[in-house]
Amino acid sequence: MPVLTDRKTQPQYDVIVVGSGAGGGMAALRLALEGVKVLMIEAGRNYDPAKETAMFNTPEMAPLRGERTPARPFGHYDCNIGGWQVAGEPYTNKKGTEGDFWWWRARMLGGRTNHWGRIALRFGEHDFNCASRDGLGVDWPMTYQDLAPWYDKVEMLIGVYGENDGIENAPNSSPGVLLPPPKPRVGELLAKKAGKKIGVPIVAAHRAVLSQPLDAKNLPKKLFPGNAKAQEILSKDMALRAACFWATNCVRGCSIRANFQSTTVLLPAALATGNLDIITDAMVREVIIGPDGRATGVHYIDKVTRRDAVAKARVVILAASSCETTRILLNSKGKDSGGTANSSGEVGRNLMDSVGTGLTAHIPAMEDLPPYNEDGAGGLHVYSPWWKVRDHAALGFPRGYHIEMGGGRQMPSVNSLSILNTTAPGVYGSKLKEEARRYYGASFGFSGRGEMVPNKDCYCELDPKVVDQWGIPVLRFNWKWSDHEIKQAEHMQQTFAELLTAMGGKANPLSGRDAIKKPGEIIHEVGTARMGAKAGSSVTNQYCQTWDVKNLFLMDGAVLPSNPDKNPTLTILALAWRSCEYLMDAMKRGDV
Amino acid sequence: MPAPKLSRRSALKWFTGSATAATALPGLAAPGETEPAPPAFPTRHPIQDPDFMAQPYPEAWPKTLTEAELKQIDVLADIILPADEHGPAASAVGIADFMNEWLSAPYPDQRDDCETIRGGLAWVNTAAFQAHEKTFTELSLAEQTALVDKIAAPEAAPVPKKFFTTFRQLCLGGYYTSTKNWAQLGYVGNVSIGGPYPGVPAEIIEKLGLQDVA
Repeated sequence: MPVLTDRKTQPQYDVIVVGSGAGGGMAALRLALEGVKVLMIEAGRNYDPAKETAMFNTPEMAPLRGERTPARPFGHYDCNIGGWQVAGEPYTNKKGTEGDFWWWRARMLGGRTNHWGRIALRFGEHDFNCASRDGLGVDWPMTYQDLAPWYDKVEMLIGVYGENDGIENAPNSSPGVLLPPPKPRVGELLAKKAGKKIGVPIVAAHRAVLSQPLDAKNLPKKLFPGNAKAQEILSKDMALRAACFWATNCVRGCSIRANFQSTTVLLPAALATGNLDIITDAMVREVIIGPDGRATGVHYIDKVTRRDAVAKARVVILAASSCETTRILLNSKGKDSGGTANSSGEVGRNLMDSVGTGLTAHIPAMEDLPPYNEDGAGGLHVYSPWWKVRDHAALGFPRGYHIEMGGGRQMPSVNSLSILNTTAPGVYGSKLKEEARRYYGASFGFSGRGEMVPNKDCYCELDPKVVDQWGIPVLRFNWKWSDHEIKQAEHMQQTFAELLTAMGGKANPLSGRDAIKKPGEIIHEVGTARMGAKAGSSVTNQYCQTWDVKNLFLMDGAVLPSNPDKNPTLTILALAWRSCEYLMDAMKRGDV
Repeated sequence: MPAPKLSRRSALKWFTGSATAATALPGLAAPGETEPAPPAFPTRHPIQDPDFMAQPYPEAWPKTLTEAELKQIDVLADIILPADEHGPAASAVGIADFMNEWLSAPYPDQRDDCETIRGGLAWVNTAAFQAHEKTFTELSLAEQTALVDKIAAPEAAPVPKKFFTTFRQLCLGGYYTSTKNWAQLGYVGNVSIGGPYPGVPAEIIEKLGLQDVA
């Protein structure tokens, strides 16, 4: 199926969506299904997962056997065009920043949804009133109950495996929504047993991977009642998505559409409506604001011809990724000098990433096991939701983390056997091959993803002196971790060491300061145009509508007022869907 | 799955050293630095936007090792990973080709490895010359093995020790990333399976006493 229509545009659209990832893809699909005429503008190139995914490609077919390099930090086969450095599109860090922020960007249709870990966790009831609980940061302008129905809808639409465990602040889905999780691998079972011993719950992961085909007959009726055309389109499209065949890591993307990517789940159905046009290789510079203070469209650079161009619509939705959306706002002209939709002064502030650390050890019990296929769902089958929700006073840090884990016999890479440098130094010949077989896949690791508290030192702004190759002023970052994050990172390391020890391994935990990953390295940056209950202290209302410009919406991670440990993609999807319903009502009423 | 780890050392060195590698990889700028605007590339960027379907994969950088070095690599690698009942010799799965690609790559880690390996190969030849007035490849297998024993020994001097460790690591990497050698290592994946994921075989669950969590 072609993912892309011709490079054509109409003189006028109902809605322009900037960005084609989770937020943009969701918005385009929802609106197009209701007959709204949508133009999507994507900075990267067209991308067709059916033809371009490295399914089953082996190390021998790649440069350096597919090894990670500074230019391909997740390995050659990572489904991403771009990365922490994009040719011709620099960013800077402010003098005096404590840590250089790494800004990950995708320049392809579908954005970062092509590359993510497919870990799809709901934010919990406490996450929405975090400030009321511990006095830090701000509360959300909505409750978990407000968003819960949209989580259900998104999970049914994209397909998420997992189980309902009834754990506080790790919400259950409604009955029948989740797909069955795959059975754990041996390392995951050993971890589960160790978790039982030391009191860390390890349960089925929630990931956007089809463990069985979607119910293409009934789901569309539940999702789009009263919209026969939407049901027909979704029925057809869901039936075309295959279930996972338990091979090929999800980070490569998926040509059989078994996992969620905007390009495999949202855009094909949106294009099938006939109501969506997409232009790629188009870098949006700013939102155009008319004399009446309303958005009239966007100004973009056509990257192929290097010419400036304008597209017009009744409504503009920015979903370009948190910091790119922020950059567009700051580069747009509004009533005040700080860009558009920024009367609160909050645009660019409250930048958050996830706290990340990892720890791996050799596990003797995993040595020399009879071979069996551990590829599985191309990502983790189990995880630990945060289990100390009520213990923060004693812990000395305010917010929690979840634990991801993995190891065992993954596809061999150049460094799979570097453990032999320690366990078998100097050995060569047939004996070395025996050692290789013994130690291969006998390692297991944990990595934490924790919630940071927004602070005044973490922000981005325009660099007054630098433009990118498209002539657009670039972002400049400033960063400082607070003690909250360092203490949380330290706790992660101690917990991972306990788990690894209980599994029979020898662990060497680091201090929190040494273990914590770079700001931006976890690629969960959010918060730079947060939603809130009041105009003075936030950029949008709870429906992603900017307070200052009524027909301008932000539907990506920028609007998140806090960054719970649960990875943000599922929530971005749910917020976009909910906000589109509000938008369509407002359009019908003539309010926007 | 834990996120793949980008070595901080690599990243920082790469970013700061990108100017020297600019011919191989156009357009990677360091954070905090600006760069002259490169031309628009509506065509695909060879490194950041690889074509996974292009096979064999187009050579991304020129290979720099000499014939003599490649021959020496084959001989040495076959002592480290010989043909035996487990599988083929390292030379039979193209170990020299792999090393040539790896050691010619423009990235900092590979450039470090290149210094270690080229220097080490020459060091080994000098040791062969001092003992027998021959190059390493001209020695008998017994003489070669005796020399390898020397550089593999725990009491070996830092230079040969580092060479042996790095060389062996690359031999293992090149050898076991060859699909031919997956089975002898115990990797049986990269094949499609119909129906639900089968999970861990019962015999392993019993062996490890995992019945209560399976």
